[in-house]
Amino acid sequence: MPARMGLRGNEAVAYAVKLARVEVVAAYPITPQTIVVEKIDELISKGEMDAEMIHVESEHSALAAAYGAAVGGVRAFTATASHGLAYMYEMLWWTAASRIPLVMAIITRAIGPPWNIHVEHADIMSTRDTGWLISMAENNQEALDLTIIMFRVTEDPRVYLPGIVGLDGFILSHTVEPVEIPDQEAVDAFLPPRRQPYTIEPGDPKAMGNLVPDEYFEELRMDMHRSMLEARRVIMEAGREYGKLTGRDYSGLVECYRCGDADTLIVGMGSWMGDAKVAVDMLREKGLRAGALRLRWVRPFPWEELREAGLGKRLVVVLDRSISFGHAGPLFLEVSSALEARPSMVGVPAGIGGVDISYEDIARIVEEAYGMVEERGRVFIPVYWYHLGRFYRLSPGAAPPEAVARAAPGAGGGGG
Amino acid sequence: MSGVEAARRGLVARIDPAGHPLPLSEAAPGSAGRTGFWRTHRPVLEPARCVGCYLCWLYCPEDVIEMAEGAGPRGQAVPVIDYEYCKGCGVCVDVCPTRALKLVEEPIGEG
Ligand code: SF4
Ligand code: SF4
Repeated sequence: MPARMGLRGNEAVAYAVKLARVEVVAAYPITPQTIVVEKIDELISKGEMDAEMIHVESEHSALAAAYGAAVGGVRAFTATASHGLAYMYEMLWWTAASRIPLVMAIITRAIGPPWNIHVEHADIMSTRDTGWLISMAENNQEALDLTIIMFRVTEDPRVYLPGIVGLDGFILSHTVEPVEIPDQEAVDAFLPPRRQPYTIEPGDPKAMGNLVPDEYFEELRMDMHRSMLEARRVIMEAGREYGKLTGRDYSGLVECYRCGDADTLIVGMGSWMGDAKVAVDMLREKGLRAGALRLRWVRPFPWEELREAGLGKRLVVVLDRSISFGHAGPLFLEVSSALEARPSMVGVPAGIGGVDISYEDIARIVEEAYGMVEERGRVFIPVYWYHLGRFYRLSPGAAPPEAVARAAPGAGGGGG
Repeated sequence: MSGVEAARRGLVARIDPAGHPLPLSEAAPGSAGRTGFWRTHRPVLEPARCVGCYLCWLYCPEDVIEMAEGAGPRGQAVPVIDYEYCKGCGVCVDVCPTRALKLVEEPIGEG
């Protein structure tokens, strides 16, 4: 029988790592990731988990050590956030381009200065082009499930790339939620013994990362792209099978909430998409036919799912918890590339640096965007920053940027 | 010929059974390419000065020196350099205690 426990998001990830029978964990502590490795340490010291924990002196070394173990043939794991991820960045490329499966949790957090330990997606979004698969959990259950699924997907010969499981700092990492922990037998049935393209072992020397002809380098890179595209099918298969074993189906790269008959879609990723669902219900009560589409996977990018979801929609509002300075929110950039049907689009960066965004805020954002569509017909606004109850138009090409746009509908004027 | 084919032939990389090209090479001569092409100067031996001490053999970073036992004029071991892969760094010349090795400029256009 699967056990049901109250777990913080970080602990849920730790249990997933245990269930995946990970043999080597290497990590360096950073808020809000620390509990992941503390919990794993605790499971090892209690004898509940049979793994080697390597305490290293930096995140660069953390991934280097986990990568070394993985190249040697064992399932390996690390976790980090924010500045730690930035410090680790070079090793992300080594791991992915070596085609070595490995799983990392990123507990999303703002990158300083100024100092800030709260949720933001600037860190995880900086990994998009490194060749890692990227998934993003909405809740603690999903953080556990996606971690287990990620091991299977990354170790599939069609993929052979490492993978990141993202969960929002504090909102998930430090919040207790009921989580169902699958049986070890179910996870064993789901996760085949580790597969990887090669191992480096004593007695069988190989050179890694040597100089190669440029043509070969290019072919290697494009094979990573091909494998990432292929990963879509692998994720669907794995997600379906996980559903059969646990009752929780993960065959979709996106999750749709009341999307079908909606004319307005809220698109985003991470924990606040739970609030977006509440906002959808509120908006529907007011007669606005809203739906929420949550990206569970950012890489591979669910291009087809988004293209289809965008068909027949009047308005798509994309929520971004970070911004690509000088352009727009990274999710807006990605999502707008897939919406061939060209509905009205409004990109809303919000909640950056952990600024609280409630479901009421999300409902206000959608009402404001919808109002603009009603007023002007089709709109396309890449950056409509929502901050403390007010909107600021800061789109590229919109000169000069308006300092203050307007107060949100229903907002009491707010600060700002 | 694609890069992958070139890479395989020169033993600079491997393809895994699932078809992915890998940034990996077997330990084999030439796994870093024909490093002899890099050379602007070549180490040349004057066998009469060599005392067969093996220092050049020990220090060569490319491992392209073989010692020929008894091949020297006084029956001493002398180095034989594989110019296909000797990159001309001059380390052997530097460590030779008897100046039996000298760096000689490569003629331009040959290599
Ligand atoms: S020049 Fe450098 S590479 Fe060539 S034999 Fe001497 S030490 Fe080796
Ligand atoms: S270092 Fe000089 S003396 Fe010693 S073996 Fe080499 S060439 Fe001969």
